[in-house]
Amino acid sequence: MSRASPTNESYPSFCHLDQVRRKFPCLKQEIHGNPLVYLDSAATTQKPTQVLQAVESFYQEDCSNVHRGVHTLSERATIRYEAVRAKVAQFIHAPDPHGVVFTSGTTEAINLVARTIGRDRVSRGDQVLISTMEHHANIVPWQMLCEEQGAKLVIIPCTDDGDLILDDLQSLITDRTKVVSIGHVSNAVGTMHDIQKVIAVAREKGAITMIDSAQAISHLPIDVEQLGCDFLAFSAHKMYGPTGTGVLWGRKELLDQMSPWQGGGDMIRTVTFENSTFADAPWKFEAGTPHIAGVIGLGAALDFIQEVGFETIQPHEQQLLEKTVTRLDQLDGLTIIGRPENRFSVVSFVLDRIHPHDAGTIMDQQGVAIRAGHHCAMPLMSRFGVAATIRASFAIYNTLDDIDALVAAIESVQEVFN
Amino acid sequence: MNDIRELYQEMILDHSRSPRNFGPKEKHNLSAKGHNPLCGDDVEIHVLRTTDGVLEEICFEGSGCAISTASASILTGVLKGRSEEAVREIFTSFHQMVAGQGDAPAGEGLGKLAVFSGVRQYPARVKCATLAWHTLIQALSEIEEEVSTE
Repeated sequence: MSRASPTNESYPSFCHLDQVRRKFPCLKQEIHGNPLVYLDSAATTQKPTQVLQAVESFYQEDCSNVHRGVHTLSERATIRYEAVRAKVAQFIHAPDPHGVVFTSGTTEAINLVARTIGRDRVSRGDQVLISTMEHHANIVPWQMLCEEQGAKLVIIPCTDDGDLILDDLQSLITDRTKVVSIGHVSNAVGTMHDIQKVIAVAREKGAITMIDSAQAISHLPIDVEQLGCDFLAFSAHKMYGPTGTGVLWGRKELLDQMSPWQGGGDMIRTVTFENSTFADAPWKFEAGTPHIAGVIGLGAALDFIQEVGFETIQPHEQQLLEKTVTRLDQLDGLTIIGRPENRFSVVSFVLDRIHPHDAGTIMDQQGVAIRAGHHCAMPLMSRFGVAATIRASFAIYNTLDDIDALVAAIESVQEVFN
Repeated sequence: MNDIRELYQEMILDHSRSPRNFGPKEKHNLSAKGHNPLCGDDVEIHVLRTTDGVLEEICFEGSGCAISTASASILTGVLKGRSEEAVREIFTSFHQMVAGQGDAPAGEGLGKLAVFSGVRQYPARVKCATLAWHTLIQALSEIEEEVSTE
């Protein structure tokens, strides 16, 4: 990654980004008489026309179930669905498309791992390691597993800046640590964690490693081989794709060993009333009719990201971040929560004596959409001693003008209250 | 900005900055806790109810947004000395004012509570305005379970 200020050579022309922005129909609207300024992409990104068209074209032209019929529509649907598996593998530099399992999202992917290999590997007295900075989706499934198995959930602490404290990693990961599951980029304060370091120590100690990349996937290139993790999960809807679709990537040899999670159609080989045999990975983890249109939409979203390119996305989003931090620091009565060393796409802050929800309502009147709340990271909010924050988060379609609108909206909140 | 001032009226801002009847009271015989998981608002209401059903004392603790804090604060002042029956009737009218269907009653008969009539335009904030009320009703009904707006 690069935190350097973009140069003229590396920075895309305004014209190009303007074209990118025009691909997002939902952004072309007014809210309460003001142009929409969408700064809540960490909750979900807007969708470009090509994703919307891909979803629609599946229903309009190829609507059928996958892996079932011999008729033409079913074949077409299956080809389109399976092509995305290969595309995902290529996107995250996975060696084998069969390591890609489609899920309903990151949450289901983490639950799948916790309920299958997690249950097999974690026994009484064992430990599962996560961090203070996790999204609830990477806390609760492990908490449930630990409770069920009589294991202990161990937490990597973080600094006041919102960086994980990894100095004691060697003692935090013991031979009783069976799973290490860490977020890639914090959805609440934007920290990109040094996951490579965590993975390396975990591997050394023989623990399974899982990375929650939901908040990273649309902002930086991911190479699962280089990371060396065992599992990685993300959601389509945070990367310009449809909601209700996500990916669990797993090492094929591990997926092969794992028992299925949910039983049903499509995940079996044979069924009798005495017993059933199961399909191979990844299909044994995809019980029931999947979200075919969602997966096809995800394929279009991957194309979109690759067309724009991380060489354009990264400097643009870093420039948005830098301007945001600089401008917010100039405002009285505002405190940024977290000053991480490496920040991606998210800035969280609080206003003196003003609750984030009041701020959110007033900013919405200006057309500025931010998230106010605990960001599904209540333990992290407690760590910072706040009940909630205001979070501005960015995507490729945001402009530097959006930051001016953000600042103006914050000033209008302060005007109402002071 | 004029529209937003209809929600954040001066009285609401005043009560949110300096909530009345705030803090634990020694004399009370009923309590309940309320929580809004969406906002993280917490409120705890204590009531001293006489044997003939009059709310002699009401106070609250907790933290929350301006709307929920002001709602709890104004509620304690308005309802003090009222009968439980009257409180339940007022809550019905209040709920109708902030969340009811159809034409909005402009808060007739609600006195000071009419200051919350602007909440109706902000469906996401109705729970903020009603959290303290639900919690009070829970206390009066002597139900121990914490109120959750979800």
